[in-house]
Amino acid sequence: MSKQSDSLSPQGRGLGRGAWGTATAVVVFALLAAVPFADFEIPGLFNGLLSQPGALQLLALCAVFAGVALSYNLLFGYTGLLSFGHALYFSVGIYVTDILLTRYHWALVPALATTFAAGIALPLVLGAISLRVGGIAFAMVTLAFAQAGSILVYANPARLTGGEEGLGLDVTRIPDFLIGVINTKNLYWIALGYLVFTFVVCWWAVNSRPGKVWQAIRENERRVEVMGLNPYVFKLLTFTLSGFLATLGGIVYLLLLGGATPGVTTASLSLSLLLMVVLGGAGSLWGPALGGALYEYLDFRLLKLSSSSEIHALPGWLRAPLAEPLFILGVLFILLVFFFPGGIAGIAGRLRRAARPHRPLPGVEAPAKVAP
Amino acid sequence: MSAPTATRNLLEVDDVHVHLGESHILQGVSFQVPVGGVTALLGRNGAGKTTTIKAILGLVGRSGSIRLSERELTRMPTHQIVRLGVGYVPEEREIFSELSVAENLKLAERDKAPRYDLVFELFPELEQRRAQAAGSLSGGQQQMVAIARALLNDNQIILVDEPTKGLSPLMVTNATTALKRAAQAATLLLVEQNLQVARTLADKVVVLDQGRVAYTGDVAELLADPALARLYLGVGGH
Amino acid sequence: MSTIILLLVTGLGLGALYFLIASGLSLTYGLMRVLNFAHGIFLTVGGYASWWIAVRLPLEDPWRFLVALVGCMLVGAIVAAAVEVSLIRPLYRRHIEQVLVTVGLALAFTALVQGIFGADPISYPAPRWTQGVTQLAGANIPNSRLLAIAVAAAVFLLLSAFLRFTRWGLIVRAGVENRAMVTALGIDVQRAFTLVFALGGVAAALAGALGALYFGNIDPQRGTATLIFAFIVIVIGGLGSFTGSVLAAVVVGLLQQFINYYASVYWGFSAAGDLSVVLLLAVVLLWRPQGLLGRSVG
Repeated sequence: MSKQSDSLSPQGRGLGRGAWGTATAVVVFALLAAVPFADFEIPGLFNGLLSQPGALQLLALCAVFAGVALSYNLLFGYTGLLSFGHALYFSVGIYVTDILLTRYHWALVPALATTFAAGIALPLVLGAISLRVGGIAFAMVTLAFAQAGSILVYANPARLTGGEEGLGLDVTRIPDFLIGVINTKNLYWIALGYLVFTFVVCWWAVNSRPGKVWQAIRENERRVEVMGLNPYVFKLLTFTLSGFLATLGGIVYLLLLGGATPGVTTASLSLSLLLMVVLGGAGSLWGPALGGALYEYLDFRLLKLSSSSEIHALPGWLRAPLAEPLFILGVLFILLVFFFPGGIAGIAGRLRRAARPHRPLPGVEAPAKVAP
Repeated sequence: MSAPTATRNLLEVDDVHVHLGESHILQGVSFQVPVGGVTALLGRNGAGKTTTIKAILGLVGRSGSIRLSERELTRMPTHQIVRLGVGYVPEEREIFSELSVAENLKLAERDKAPRYDLVFELFPELEQRRAQAAGSLSGGQQQMVAIARALLNDNQIILVDEPTKGLSPLMVTNATTALKRAAQAATLLLVEQNLQVARTLADKVVVLDQGRVAYTGDVAELLADPALARLYLGVGGH
Repeated sequence: MSTIILLLVTGLGLGALYFLIASGLSLTYGLMRVLNFAHGIFLTVGGYASWWIAVRLPLEDPWRFLVALVGCMLVGAIVAAAVEVSLIRPLYRRHIEQVLVTVGLALAFTALVQGIFGADPISYPAPRWTQGVTQLAGANIPNSRLLAIAVAAAVFLLLSAFLRFTRWGLIVRAGVENRAMVTALGIDVQRAFTLVFALGGVAAALAGALGALYFGNIDPQRGTATLIFAFIVIVIGGLGSFTGSVLAAVVVGLLQQFINYYASVYWGFSAAGDLSVVLLLAVVLLWRPQGLLGRSVG
C-alpha cells in the first residue's frame, strides 16, 4: 500500500517524455537567459522594464528559490521524506560564506570551497542521525536541528553571526563584476545558472538508478528492503545531495542580497519550502521550480500590496489579516491541500489527460463473471 | 441471481472487487450466506479469504454490493456495520495488549445486557484473569478473549477468521466448542485452513481461488472428493 | 544550594509548560497519527484569550485570573474542536495532507493574530500574588512557577484518571494501539478524535495562559516557538506515549534550565540550554530511536 496518498504522487518525469521535455527545457532556459536584454514591460507583473535591475533582482530571487524548492523536492517529492528543517542547509550557504569573508577576511575561493564542504558534511552527519527514525519523528527531528541552527545564529556566539541584526557582506572580498546595481544582470545569470544546474542535477538524479530507488522507497520501503537494498543509505544520499544543492542556493542568495539576515534560519522558511513544493506539485521537476518562483514573487508583491493604499482603505477587520502576507499564503496553502493537492503540475496533468483521447484506466473493467 | 430458496439469505455478497496498491485481490466475489448455521470460507493462502472478511466490514475499500438482511453495507462506515449486529474474530486476534482482560471485554460491549455469563462459562480462565494485562496472556488465552468479544453481544452474524491458527490441540477443542455454542445464537462465516475444524463446524462451504469464488456447496461433498479438495485447497486435509 | 533549589523548581516549571502543550500532541498523535502543527495556535489562543478576558473583567484577583483561566480553557476547547471537525476530519487517513493543512493553519493563524494584536509582546496583567516569591529551603521561588507546576500536576492527574476510568478514556487507550479494531467493535472512533483534540486544546490553552504569567507577556510567535520544544519532548518521550511525554517534559525542562543558567554564568552563553536539548534529542535517537517509553518499531 503506498505511504503517500495518490494525489501527491509523481505526475511525471521531468517536463514530459524524453525529447519533448528536453527541448522545452532548453527553450525555456534560453528565453530566461535573454531576459536582461528584454527592453519591454509586463505591466501589472513588474514595475518598469524587464531588463532593469529592479525586475532582474526579483527574477533572480525567484530563480534561487526555484532551485532551492527543487532541492527540497528531491527529498520530499521524490523520496517521500518530510523534512521540516531544510532551511538549515540554505542558511549554511549564506552564513558560512558570509562569516568567512566578512569576519575572517578569507579570499573568495577558499571561502566557497569551505562552504561546499560544509554543505556536504553537515547534511551527511545530521541526516545520518535523523534518518534513524522515519515519518513524523523524522520531520520533528529535522525541525529540531534547524531550530538549533537558528538559536545559534540569533545567539551570536563570539559575535560571528551578527545576531538579530544580521551580517552585511564585506564586498571587498567579492570580484567587481558582481557588485553594484549595474551588475545585477551578472547576478541574475548566476542565479539562473544555479537553477539550471540544480535542474539538471535533479533530472539526472531522478532518472538514474538511485533515483529509481528513491521513488521505490517513497512508494513502499519494505519492497526495497526485500530487493536486498538498504533504504537508509539511499535516503542518506538524497538527504546529502539535496542539502548540498540548498547550500549552493544560499551562496547565490547571499550575493544577491549583499548580506545575511537571521530570518532565513527560522522554521518559517522551511515551511515555506514545503508550501512551494506542494504549490508546484510534488514529484514533478518543473512543478516545484515554478512553485518556488511563484511563491517568492507572491511574497514580494504581497508585501508591497499590504502597504498599499487599497488595503488601507479596507475596514479594520478585513485589513488586519490581508495586510499580513503569511496569512494569505497560509490560507492559500490550506485551499491547495484541500482542492489541488497535486499543485500546479497536478492541474496541468489533469488538463493534459483530458485533452488526450480517452483511455480507460486499468482495473476498472469488470472481469468476466465466474459461474458458481 | 439465485433461484428462490426456502432459507432466506442473511448475507449477500455481489461482485465485490478489492484493490490493494497494484494488486487486484478480489476480482468479483459473489456468494450468499444463509440464515443460521456455519458457512465456511475456504481456499489456499492468498486466495482472498481475509480480504473478503475485511471487505464485508468495510475495513478495506471495495466496490460491488454487500447486503446484510437487505441492508446495503457498502455505504456505511465500519462502526455502523458492526452495530447492525456483526461480530468479528480477527485473524491476528487483535486484542489490546495494554488493556486488561476486563477492559478488552468492556470495550466490546454493545448491548444493554452483555452475555458475561456465557463468556465465563465457556472460558472460566478469563474470569480468573480479569485484571491481567491482555498482552501477557498466552496465545490460546488471547484467542479466548477474541472469541469472547464476539459472544458478548447479540449478533446476526459473526465473522471468524482462522480462530485455530497457532493453537495447541487442547485450545483448538476449546475454540471449536465455543464456536459451536456461538453458532446456536448467530450465523457464522468461518475462515479456516484447518479442514477438520471446518468439517466439524460447517454446513455449507464457499471456496475462493485467486480472488474469485471457485466452488460452493456442502462441506461433506467437497471433502469426500480428495481430487477436488486438493485442487481447491491445496492439501488433502490436515 | 539555594541556587540548585531555585533551578530545580524553575526547571520543573518549564517542564510543566512543556507537559501541558506536549500532552495534547502526544494523545493526538498516538490516536490519530496526525502531527498537529497547528497545536501551537491553541497555546497562542489561550494566552491572548486569557489576557483579553482579564483586562475586561471588573473583578479583583484572584477571581479575575481564575475566570480568565476558565475562559481560555473554553476557548481552547472550542477552537481545537472546530479545527478538528473542519480541517482534520475531512482528510481522514490522508496523513501527509493533514500535516500540511495544519502547517498552513499555523502560518495563517499566527499572521492573523499578528495582524489584529500587533507583533509586539503584550504585557500580561498578572495577579499580584503570582509575582511574589515563596521561601523554600532558603531559595526564593517565584510563585508563577509553583502555579505552573501545580496546574500541570492537576492536569496530569485528571488526564490519567480520564484515561484510566472513563469509557472514552478506554476508547482512546485502545485506539492508540489499534484504531481499526476499535471501529470493528462498533465504536465511532472519530468522536474520540474530536474529544482528544479538544482536550489537547484545553491543555495547550492553559500552557498559553501560564506561559504568559511566566514570561510576563504574550506574543504571536510564542505558540510556534514553544511547539518546537514540545515536538522534541514527545519524540524523546516516545511518540504516542502519554507517560513518556511527562517524563521527557521534566527531563527537558530541567536540563534546559540548569544548562542555560550555568552556561550564562560561566561563558555568557545563555542559549546553551536550548541547544543541549537538541543534543539530547540526537543522543536519544542514536541510542533508542523509539524514545524513552515508546514501543519498539517494527
